[in-house]
Amino acid sequence: MKTFSQLKKNLKLDYSGLEVIKLAILGDTSTQFLNQALKGAGFDKGFNLEIWEADFNQIQRQVFDLTSELYNYKPEVVIVFQSAHKLLGKYNKLKPEEYCALALNEIDLIKAIFSFITTQLNVKVIYYNYTEIDDSIFGNYANKIEFSFLYQLRKLNYELMELASKNPTFFICDISSIQNEVGKLNFFQSSVYINTEMVLSIDVLPKIAAKTIDLISALKGKFKKCVVLDLDNVTWGGIIGDDGMENIQIGNLGIGKAFSEFQYWIKKLKNRGIIVAVCSKNSETVAREPFEKHPDMVLRIDDVSVFIANWENKVDNLRQIQATLNIGFDSMVFLDDSPFERNIVRENIPDITVPELPEDPADYLEYLYSLNLFETVTYSTEDAERAKFYQTEVLRKTALQKFATEDDFLKSLNMQSLVEPFNKFNMPRVAQLSLRSNQYNLRTIRYTEAEISELSKSQDHFTFTFTLEDKFGDNGLICVVVLTKEDTKTLFIDNWFMSCRVLKRGMENFVLSTITDCMKNKGFAFLKGEYIPTAKNALVKEHYLNLGFEKNDGYWVYSMNSGRTKECYIKFKL
Amino acid sequence: MERVVILSQVQDIFKDILDDEEVILTDKTQAPDVKGWDSLTHIQLVVGIERHFKIRFTSREIQSWNNVGEMVDTIQNRIQNS
Repeated sequence: MKTFSQLKKNLKLDYSGLEVIKLAILGDTSTQFLNQALKGAGFDKGFNLEIWEADFNQIQRQVFDLTSELYNYKPEVVIVFQSAHKLLGKYNKLKPEEYCALALNEIDLIKAIFSFITTQLNVKVIYYNYTEIDDSIFGNYANKIEFSFLYQLRKLNYELMELASKNPTFFICDISSIQNEVGKLNFFQSSVYINTEMVLSIDVLPKIAAKTIDLISALKGKFKKCVVLDLDNVTWGGIIGDDGMENIQIGNLGIGKAFSEFQYWIKKLKNRGIIVAVCSKNSETVAREPFEKHPDMVLRIDDVSVFIANWENKVDNLRQIQATLNIGFDSMVFLDDSPFERNIVRENIPDITVPELPEDPADYLEYLYSLNLFETVTYSTEDAERAKFYQTEVLRKTALQKFATEDDFLKSLNMQSLVEPFNKFNMPRVAQLSLRSNQYNLRTIRYTEAEISELSKSQDHFTFTFTLEDKFGDNGLICVVVLTKEDTKTLFIDNWFMSCRVLKRGMENFVLSTITDCMKNKGFAFLKGEYIPTAKNALVKEHYLNLGFEKNDGYWVYSMNSGRTKECYIKFKL
Repeated sequence: MERVVILSQVQDIFKDILDDEEVILTDKTQAPDVKGWDSLTHIQLVVGIERHFKIRFTSREIQSWNNVGEMVDTIQNRIQNS
């Protein structure tokens, strides 16, 4: 990780061409260094953070005065940093009988701040939680008595999590866990505090900045979707080809505990929706055997979405995994114990993340924890099902080979789609798909749950969601279209995005004919679409052309009365 | 450690942190004489010096120096006593 001085040197580099994010920082201590660290760390992740920083201790004035600079600046992300030091300062000034109410009073204030900001601005709020300070008035007894400062501080951190769990646009940046990792002596430096009113040490700034930028990246749709595992000495100890299945180290054998715990971690990631793939230099039957038969294996064969074990080179195998899953290399993490393999992969596939695993497998987990690779800003129940979606996709690809024509194959699938507007049940998944889709995304407009809720109530918008299931399984909700009334005859396609899991099934034809049938009845005649190119969505450059839209003044227009819908093999699910 | 050696190492730290190869320090140098040396970078310089010489200044010391010479005196003192 870069030092603060190194991050500061980034500030002299050329930020043009990077994605611009307007950010506001509100702090109750001095935040100039934090500002610089964020700006510098943002550069390394491809962001040009345009930061407006309130003078310190101005939080309430900036938030509760509707004419303040904050509202004038119109940021898309607001960081609120109220320090544990100032919290202790407040506590110190209370009368003893008021100590008990500190956490609840503070959370009320934070709720007010949050609701004021979000009523005025369309923003995400990032709140830094409180680092622990024990004022040692009670010793261990602080844990037994509600009015101790430590009790109130921990209660407040818990209340913050409650608030975050109920509000989709309120996020916590967990700086308390950073203090846990580096220790309070490294987190806070009293001489810096006394001289500058800053509560973050110079050394901890890069970590705080990294953790914040991880969150912002995820908000911008940059996050990991897949972990690719090597097997020998990563998933288990030993070389299965030499040692045989019964001698690999997992469970109680040798240093097996390290590998078992690693596997539990991977299993939890899989349950959270991270796709697990295997890429190993082994014969396939030998490599699969432990997943099928070894009693101590935590990971089983149905946890793995793509399993590749052969003697080809790993770069080609990773390319094959990427092609099968249809996700970007930048959303993949490759774990391999061999520095040689890691370097070849890095050289050939620069976008993929390849952690420099420590030599001792016992250190793998702590090291991987510290990288915070799997930041996310959404979670929906579909995540738990994701591995299954990709496994059935492999089955479909095998089935496809048995048919003479693609049409015959599509007919055989018995595809059905459930079409619904936005509602409170599909909202989390819509928000998530909006963030996850990069390739099949016409205008790359991202919708938060709050915006989705607004859209669902709006008179000027029409919303459509589509699921797709077939005889192999249910893909869940995979496509969203949002239409805006432009005038009495014309509907503008505010966005159209789709999961790449369902490419080449004729889904786009089904979507178009569904929209056309529905909107014709409401008296509309034209659909107007736009393609906004990004680094990732070249896939849909010809989307509207292929669907029969005509180019007109930078937009694409489709006459709904032309009756040119293409044949498709998807039926409505009732 | 000799004073000149300390001064030259402090100068290198200034060059690195202020990202300016032109910095020249003497005992008489004061903050306004050096481009970029303000109250904010001062704390960065202090932390850089602390790390380099493996010492810690007190909060009072950080506010007490009138010029580079006085800072070097404190550093020399600290190294000898550690």
